[in-house]
Amino acid sequence: MSGKRGKGTHWHDPLHIGWPLWVVSGSAIFFLIVPVLLLVPMSFGSAEIIEFPPTRFCIDQYRKFFSHPMWQSAVLNSLQISALTSICSTTLGLLASVGLVWGKFKGKGFITGFILSPMIVPLIVLGLAYYVFLAKLGLIGTKLGLVIAYTPLTLPFAVLPISATLRGFDRSLEHAALNLGANRFQTFMKITVPIIRPGVITGALFAFMIAFDEVVIALFICGSTAVTLPKKMWDVIRYEVEPMLPAISTLLLLLAVFFLVMTGLLQRRVARRMERK
Amino acid sequence: MWQRAGFRHFLLMSPALVALLLLFAYPISRILVKSLFDPHFTLKHYAYFFSSPLYIRVMWITIELSILTTFTALVIGYILAYVLRRARPGVRNIFLLAIVLSFMISLLVRNYSWILVLQRNGVVNIILKYFGIIDHPLTLLHNRLGVIVGMTHIFVPYIAFPIYSVMMGMDLNLEKAAQNLGASRWQTFWRVTFPLSLPGIGAGALLVFIMALGFFITPALLGGRKEQMLSNLIQIQVVDLLNWPFASAMSAILLVVTLVIFFIYNHFLGAERLWGGVKT
Repeated sequence: MSGKRGKGTHWHDPLHIGWPLWVVSGSAIFFLIVPVLLLVPMSFGSAEIIEFPPTRFCIDQYRKFFSHPMWQSAVLNSLQISALTSICSTTLGLLASVGLVWGKFKGKGFITGFILSPMIVPLIVLGLAYYVFLAKLGLIGTKLGLVIAYTPLTLPFAVLPISATLRGFDRSLEHAALNLGANRFQTFMKITVPIIRPGVITGALFAFMIAFDEVVIALFICGSTAVTLPKKMWDVIRYEVEPMLPAISTLLLLLAVFFLVMTGLLQRRVARRMERK
Repeated sequence: MWQRAGFRHFLLMSPALVALLLLFAYPISRILVKSLFDPHFTLKHYAYFFSSPLYIRVMWITIELSILTTFTALVIGYILAYVLRRARPGVRNIFLLAIVLSFMISLLVRNYSWILVLQRNGVVNIILKYFGIIDHPLTLLHNRLGVIVGMTHIFVPYIAFPIYSVMMGMDLNLEKAAQNLGASRWQTFWRVTFPLSLPGIGAGALLVFIMALGFFITPALLGGRKEQMLSNLIQIQVVDLLNWPFASAMSAILLVVTLVIFFIYNHFLGAERLWGGVKT
């Protein structure tokens, strides 16, 4: 018997999902994931032409990628720039988060907005702004220039997870340590840092990821001397036919999986620490 | 007492604030200055923008595509959040994992995958041809469809997560109560579930709309000439035409619109909500 309205005795279980919804939501997940997964089989196809479905299995694309000096230097540049950016914005972000979460002062909402605003300023505007700014400093086409541009951009992504962990942190632990004779610095290093570490690492990972994937600002300030991986990929997608992009994409897909696992583990650790408290 | 503590906390924030002022606010303010002085104060670049039919059209295209992609992402994201809220934990975790993974994959890779899927001899056309559904390949790329598909794909997680987190806080007994009082499923949804999820919809949709207005990568890679948005025009002005002041004026317009929406957002919802994304 279907639960017609007005009956009053039989109602529809809110947890029940009808098959049309399953079909639509399943298709949505398919839409989100499958196009990217298709790159994996293609990456094991020929390195002369991209085929679907691939007609033979080989690792030529990967071989070509790893032996190509231009791609090597692009990867190296990206790793260095992203690592340095991540260190800078995590350091700044940690200090700022402590001030934001524990501080009591006027205009907190405004300052929070200001610190988070780099994540919504259109990248093209930043690209243009940094082009003008860095040209004046003679830093176009340098890794330092890219780090300067990426530090503010990634700051919000460091601040958000760090301040989220700080908010869940029980400050009476600090008071206990102070009462037991530790000084402020000792307390911070021995009590605060270990507890908020998962949040800080998550922030650092996110900052790294954003910098590692950034292409719009890079288009303006990489020049030809500090070409990053996304910039190189962009050039290839736009102007050349290069049948090793599926291999590079597959490697980046693996990197995303790695980040997913890492942030998942860290998140679990944060949750466990909060429970223990 | 509080004042001293407040000052100390302010000191902790100062490195970040100084860095942002010097390396973020200052470079952007230079753009504003550049758009207004050439070399003396002038509004001619703005006047040119607003009087040229070409640029007005691009502005409309930008707004139109932003609304369209926000809407498609909202529909898909809402359905996902709705199902996630009600699914068994096992299914829920698989779905969540898929959404977060898609969110974390490089933007370039995601756009590139759509090129391979949608191009003339791409996956979709190959499959349709194989099954004899079409004789000639469909044009799916470098047109409006390509851009909407590519941007929707990127925006869905940004919308699904805030709605999901609002829905997780929702008491499903309210739906039972509504039905008990005689509401149909449809009425229950529109009168109870939907209004309660509005904060999530607002947060997600506003964020995605802001992102869409300044989007660059997808229109450039998946769009044709008719789908170029403001961002793409700015890049063309700089790279091909070296018209810095005009590019600056366009950037300033884009920036001001974005910031106004952001501050409304920050005022009503709090910018930390943007994080809805990865809190799962």
